[in-house]
Amino acid sequence: MINDVQTWVSVAAFTGAGLAMGFGAIGAAIGEGYTAAQANFAVSRNTKLSGEVFKSMLVGQAIAESASIFALVIAVLMLFYKMPGATMIKAASLFGAGLCMGLGAIGSGIGSGYPAGQACVGLSRQPAVGNKLMANMLIGSAVCQTPAIFSMVVALMLIFLDFSKAPLFPTWAALIGAGLSTGMAAIGSGMGGGFAAGASCEGVARNPETAGPVTTTMLVGQAVAQTPSIFGLLISFILMFKTFPESITFAASAGLLAAGISTGFGGIGPGIGNGWAAEGAVRWVARNVEESGQLMRIMLVGQAVSQSTAIYAMVVSLCLIFVV
Amino acid sequence: MAIEGADIVKAAAYLGAGISMGLGAIGPGVGEGMAAAKTCEAIGKNPKEAGLLTRTMLVGQAVSESTGIYSLVISLLLLFVV
Repeated sequence: MINDVQTWVSVAAFTGAGLAMGFGAIGAAIGEGYTAAQANFAVSRNTKLSGEVFKSMLVGQAIAESASIFALVIAVLMLFYKMPGATMIKAASLFGAGLCMGLGAIGSGIGSGYPAGQACVGLSRQPAVGNKLMANMLIGSAVCQTPAIFSMVVALMLIFLDFSKAPLFPTWAALIGAGLSTGMAAIGSGMGGGFAAGASCEGVARNPETAGPVTTTMLVGQAVAQTPSIFGLLISFILMFKTFPESITFAASAGLLAAGISTGFGGIGPGIGNGWAAEGAVRWVARNVEESGQLMRIMLVGQAVSQSTAIYAMVVSLCLIFVV
Repeated sequence: MAIEGADIVKAAAYLGAGISMGLGAIGPGVGEGMAAAKTCEAIGKNPKEAGLLTRTMLVGQAVSESTGIYSLVISLLLLFVV
């Protein structure tokens, strides 16, 4: 057992940086690959437009890339920023920050690939509405990035806030739990938002007159798909800012770690599911715009049911933090 | 950190509660969303049957929800009973 605190802080910073960049690279690469594949398909369908499709692909990929650039920034910060006052709590919070940013970038990277890919295909189908498609893609993929931005905010707080006055046990677990909660929950919301945005780019290309209702349905659906990551953020904030009484029992630490795991994992499924519901609704608003009100209503009912497990997960987390 | 037997058991119960609810929430969320998506698609094709389709969706989702509720029950048992 090495007792030198500085060593442990460095270990945590380097491991955290590795986790942030490693996980963070997954999503953006998948999303950009999907975009490139769809762009190739679009060019093969309409070779005259290859320049336009190429431009659209690069813009879309640049947005998908941003999630992994957030991860890169956090990783570089953790490698080179010299933390004042090394404590074991700082080691825990750095590890949590790495986990949070890495996991949080996965969903947004994958999600942003969908609208970009569908915008390329749509462009080859309806070159005349290129501007509308581009605007729609930019709005949709910007919303997909929000979970990655939540993760970056939590990671920066974990890196720069001073937790050294809190008792090491159980605060270390609360800080790692805070990272897991926002990081994991962001996976579902990022992907879900992408499904909705992809369907809306497809819809605008299929039936450009419906662009208004399609974008509205997309934004409402994406907003609901974002909620699991907002639950994750809420639990992270509680874990970071609540003062926990010192307790050397293992159970107190495990409880706070589990609070982060519960809301974090629990947010993945509802985020993806809400996104699928929104995808279905958006696709059919474009095909059958007279029924857009009814489709929006059914989408919201379905999403509310899909959402329930994220709420259970949050309730279990709140019980772990405040009750047991 | 003083670790005793009872302490480890309690810790394991808390961790189990978090893992149970967290992982258990993934499937129902994904599955119910898929059901909602297909229902929207079906209503788009055949809007007159919206009532019937919504009913089918809700029943299907209720069944899909059951595993999420099992996870919730096990989590609450781990937290407050065992």
